[in-house]
Amino acid sequence: MNSHESIHAAILPHLKSGDWLTLLLGGASVVLLALNLWSGGLADKAIIRSGGKIFREVPLSRDQQIEVPGPLGISVITIEKRKARITSDPSPRQYCVRQGWLQQAGEIAICLPNQVSVELTGSTKKYDSLNY
Amino acid sequence: MTVSTTENCGEGRREKGEGQNPSSIFLDTTAEDHHIARMAAVALGLTILENAIPSPLPGVKPGLANIVTLIVLARYGWRAAAWVSLLRVVAGSLLFGSFLAPGFFLSLSGAVCSLLVLAFAQHLPSRWFGPVSHSIYAAFAHIAGQMLVVYLWLIPHAGIAYLIPIFAAAALVFGTVNGLIAARFMDNAERDLASEKST
Repeated sequence: MNSHESIHAAILPHLKSGDWLTLLLGGASVVLLALNLWSGGLADKAIIRSGGKIFREVPLSRDQQIEVPGPLGISVITIEKRKARITSDPSPRQYCVRQGWLQQAGEIAICLPNQVSVELTGSTKKYDSLNY
Repeated sequence: MTVSTTENCGEGRREKGEGQNPSSIFLDTTAEDHHIARMAAVALGLTILENAIPSPLPGVKPGLANIVTLIVLARYGWRAAAWVSLLRVVAGSLLFGSFLAPGFFLSLSGAVCSLLVLAFAQHLPSRWFGPVSHSIYAAFAHIAGQMLVVYLWLIPHAGIAYLIPIFAAAALVFGTVNGLIAARFMDNAERDLASEKST
């Protein structure tokens, strides 16, 4: 209790009304930044690449399975309920499979050994995540 | 504790004096120069101290040296604060061996942006705005400058946008804490000075 009071005494006298305003503005901008930059936006298209070239562009509206050939074998990509994932892949460490479902625009799963990738994009492409 | 008695905000000229022999160069230094060097040394000490603190995310640092910048800004004006801040960046990079390395340019861009913002922020009415406000604005400017350099030069990939909220939150927290420390230090020093005068 006593330490609590001393913390107040240590902080409050040094904050003027404008400082509170600055704190409020700062907090609001952090929240706004987080909401804007972390929301991603809805994806409506999946771009599937193989060996660096676009293999297919598919809409997320239709559930389907796509088999993509790569140098190691076939990667299977599943699209279901407006989400996409790599279901199976011949790569040794299975990073892209373990990444799970992709949902937001800009998300990407890459199977490097098999040179296959799935990238989700929205109707307005916010940025190009593979080529800059 | 030595209290500098130089209240003049005049020009801190550095003139090359006439050497006695050709191999020695004399610099005429003013009291203000000495003061700036002392403050920069304190800032440097804090930078070294800070480097010993492990960071959860590269780039998230408390920026303790900025406490010194804030105090110098409040007491001796923007010009002295700029000297202290930039000297700290250059000398710090020399100490850590990162001079002209990417880390140096990140520090530099952060410091320059902070100083630019402080040039405006210092004119906020002091009745309502104290070091805490200065500190928060400078901290946000710092990460803005750094992210700009990261994006334009080091990682030209919009994916770094995902990190901005984390850096912004860190700037808010550390900016507030540093500002509070600076404000508390100055309030205490003023009170000590007042009590010294009254006795």
